[in-house]
Amino acid sequence: MIIEALLALTLIGSFVVFLAPDEYAGRLAFLASLVPLAGSGWMYSQFDGAGNALLGGSLAFEEDVAWAVLEPYSIHWHVGVDGISLPLIVLTTVLTTLAIVSAWTPIDERQSQFYGLVLFMETALLGVFTALDFIVWFVFWEAVLVPMYFLIGVWGGPRRKYAAIKFFVYTNVASLVMFIGFVALVFGLGDAVSSFDLPAIAQALAVDGAEPDAYAGVVGPETLKLLSFLAMFVGFAVKVPAVPVHTWLPDAHVEAPTPASVLLAGVLLKMGTYALLRFNFTMLPDVAVDLAVPIAIVAVLSVIYGAFLALAQQDLKRIVAYSSISSMGYVILGLVAFTTYGMGGATFQMVSHGLISGLMFMVVGVIYNETHTRMVGDMSGVADRMPVTAGVFVAGAFGYMGLPLMSGFAAEFFVFVGSFGSETLPAAKLFTALAMFGIVVVAGYLLFAMQRTLFGPYDLETDYEIGRAPMQDVLPLFALLALIVVLGVAPEAFFGMIRDSIQPLFDSTTLALGGGA
Amino acid sequence: MVQLPAYAALAVPILLGATALVLLTYDALSSRATGRNELLGMSGAGILASIVVGVWFLATGVGDPDGRGVFRLFEAQVIVDQLSLFFGVLVASVTFLILLASYDYVAEHTYQSEFYALVLLAASGMALMASANSLAMVAISLELASLPSYVLVAFLKRNRGSVEAGMKYFLIGALSTAILIYGVSLVYAVTGSLLLEDVAGAIAGGVGDANVGILGLGILMILGGFLYKTASVPFHFWAPEAYEGAPAPISAFLSSASKAAGFALAIRVLTVAFPVETVVDPGLVDWVLVAQIVAVVTMTVGNFAAATQDEVKRMLAYSSIGHAGYVFIGIAALTAGGNNNLLIGASLLHLFVYGFMNTGAFLFVSLTEYWNVGRTFEDFNGLATRAPVASVAMTIFLFSLAGLPVGGGFLTKYVLFAGAVSAGFWWLAAVGAINSALSLFYYSRVVKAMWIEDAEEGFEVRSQPLGIYAAIVVAAVATVALLPAFGMLSGVAFDAAAAVLP
Repeated sequence: MIIEALLALTLIGSFVVFLAPDEYAGRLAFLASLVPLAGSGWMYSQFDGAGNALLGGSLAFEEDVAWAVLEPYSIHWHVGVDGISLPLIVLTTVLTTLAIVSAWTPIDERQSQFYGLVLFMETALLGVFTALDFIVWFVFWEAVLVPMYFLIGVWGGPRRKYAAIKFFVYTNVASLVMFIGFVALVFGLGDAVSSFDLPAIAQALAVDGAEPDAYAGVVGPETLKLLSFLAMFVGFAVKVPAVPVHTWLPDAHVEAPTPASVLLAGVLLKMGTYALLRFNFTMLPDVAVDLAVPIAIVAVLSVIYGAFLALAQQDLKRIVAYSSISSMGYVILGLVAFTTYGMGGATFQMVSHGLISGLMFMVVGVIYNETHTRMVGDMSGVADRMPVTAGVFVAGAFGYMGLPLMSGFAAEFFVFVGSFGSETLPAAKLFTALAMFGIVVVAGYLLFAMQRTLFGPYDLETDYEIGRAPMQDVLPLFALLALIVVLGVAPEAFFGMIRDSIQPLFDSTTLALGGGA
Repeated sequence: MVQLPAYAALAVPILLGATALVLLTYDALSSRATGRNELLGMSGAGILASIVVGVWFLATGVGDPDGRGVFRLFEAQVIVDQLSLFFGVLVASVTFLILLASYDYVAEHTYQSEFYALVLLAASGMALMASANSLAMVAISLELASLPSYVLVAFLKRNRGSVEAGMKYFLIGALSTAILIYGVSLVYAVTGSLLLEDVAGAIAGGVGDANVGILGLGILMILGGFLYKTASVPFHFWAPEAYEGAPAPISAFLSSASKAAGFALAIRVLTVAFPVETVVDPGLVDWVLVAQIVAVVTMTVGNFAAATQDEVKRMLAYSSIGHAGYVFIGIAALTAGGNNNLLIGASLLHLFVYGFMNTGAFLFVSLTEYWNVGRTFEDFNGLATRAPVASVAMTIFLFSLAGLPVGGGFLTKYVLFAGAVSAGFWWLAAVGAINSALSLFYYSRVVKAMWIEDAEEGFEVRSQPLGIYAAIVVAAVATVALLPAFGMLSGVAFDAAAAVLP
């Protein structure tokens, strides 16, 4: 019941905040967001799940109630948590609370609507990471779009209308493609499944090795699996986003207000990789192995191309936005490696990147609050006036570059170890080496940007005095930085349960993997 | 417990029609002009009674073969099964919202009691359409629903647009009815019966090679009549004009209730009289292929035309055509021995939710007409700051129409797509998906105007008409509630679909 309670309380909180007066909407939203935060902390401490949610593992906080019937398939309200979803739930609640605090300074109009939408989005995100029935999951998956559309469209930058509609239509089309691909696969399975229950479908496909029937009299079983895989991959890759379907992201990020960017980069992108892991790589591992090379190419391309795009930007926010594409490439590389460290590292990277990119967007936002510019060329020596913020910027950037004892290092280390030792991915060492080169570029653009903006003699044309950032802006930065260091020092806090949930992918599936089986 | 007479099973259309007659009688006898409070009170009581009775019948198993049985009345001309009750409740619910909104909308007009009575008579005809079990009843109930509608579209008789719309609607309607009746006569000539079951029996028994062409022509002409009533391509030309020119509550009425009733007819006649097994599969007439073409073309024309409109009401009119195309997916993907229950059930589900969300959207337009806001997207700029409650409701309607999970429209559309995929028609679902994505673009234009664009000077919200507000809020609550209540609704819809499937 804890999951239902969290969803309901967060939703109620969003309505209350939506109707509250602007004067204390921000404070009220902060209090309301403490409920899911405390709840997810409690879930973390009480977590007793084992194994993978889709592959017959025992779930924590599971709930399964019949909801509707679509002859002959039943739809259930089925929620539960395993070692893969719990870290993402914690990430969601932490980032939402901090994003709300970081919004106190920049958001000064229609505040109650803003915070109400943020909490509504948190509800939908928690639903995405807990739902285990396809239809229920899809309801939450699409529900995320609505608040994000408004957050970008109402409170965004100058080109916000264009960015909002682009984000909206782009990701909606992707969802539709994915939907058709997935239901075709389920219907192809015929009598092997009788519901849209994700564990049942995953086990029928991956454990029992059920082959879909020929579809529509023309498409054979293998082709159907391939086409479904491709439809789902494209659908999720847009969300991730992977090159070449990434073009909505820079627009959305640059125009979105800082708190929305934090959630967009921190959590929304993880929906895509989470779904890739749950659907493509858990349900159709054999197809994923067959397509390992093209997927790895997409991953490496995202890493390298995203990094070079970031290198070419002048806008600090754009730099961080493009570097997200690069970081999400590591996640895909880890997934396609099909090793415990590769896939576990990918999951860990989702959490780690959520924290680090959230931190980077917040820092850029804090600087912008004071300077009202984000252009690298406009300012220099900001550290002179905002030493604390600049310090956090440097720390976060080093986290991005993978400095040891920060979570970015642990995540990338796991991914590279895993992908280097992959036995299913041909030329794994080459792909890994190419992806590692991305880190050099990351270091390049981050150091370059910092050197030009933070250090050197102070120079910024303003008609007012630049002061230190207020406490409410800086505190969330330190909270995030602390988490990043904690996870870097003790990755076991999450990696233990992640590994426990990843391992069944190799133990119980029909896929005969040299390394895992 | 008193045993009700068998014709009591028809209570939904009877109550609606009787209420109309009571209104007319009262108005004729009363010494002074009848006030709108009395009108709304009487008609509202009649409609609520019909809704309650319809739900009660559904719940107690009237029309359920395993419950109290299917009622065949008047030599089986009229049938009461779960399908007819389902549509009866739907039509009555939409009518209730319409009359609630009309309380303010026609407050300034003379002939108010006639307005209410005509709406009720049309509703009675629509409820009867869902019960028609013979081709003669099809024509009669269609006329009973259509004739009052022509008058209602032209109700604003000093408004050139309204009168022109009424004329256009009447001319195309008369032509389409003529085509339908000619088709009925051809089918009768071949099969020797008007009863749907007997027609099916005669066809299954063989009609002779020479008659196949006549039968085919007859079926296609009957289908043409349905296309007119559901505003599907190529019989859709009246719809944008009529919806735009008519008073907005009547646009809501026609695009929701009338369309649903048209689909009730189409579903029953096509599946009962001309089943896929005996008509399509032996190669007599491939009306499924026709339905596929209609579905694809209707979706595409409706959505692309909607995307290019400048006026909100006209955009909604074209989107209503697009939704007829979605519903047609359920008919177009029927196969012999396939999972047809899922398909027809999905169509019913979508029509039900559509009844609330589309009515709500048109009623919001009637609210803006009441305020004289203007007709274009730009005129809606900044409405959210002036009428936040109504704007939230309108946002729910639009997003639900677009297929986002703020209301029941999300699930019903995806069930339709899933049904098409399950029947092997993934390309129907794909065309639907493309159109659905496009629809997000133009629906969100209204949302953008209301919430994101800054308001221009010019108009003020003078008053908040209670009736329209109440109708909009009720429709919004119903639209949202149908998402969690989807399980309950889907059970009823699939039972109703099973009534017309072998």
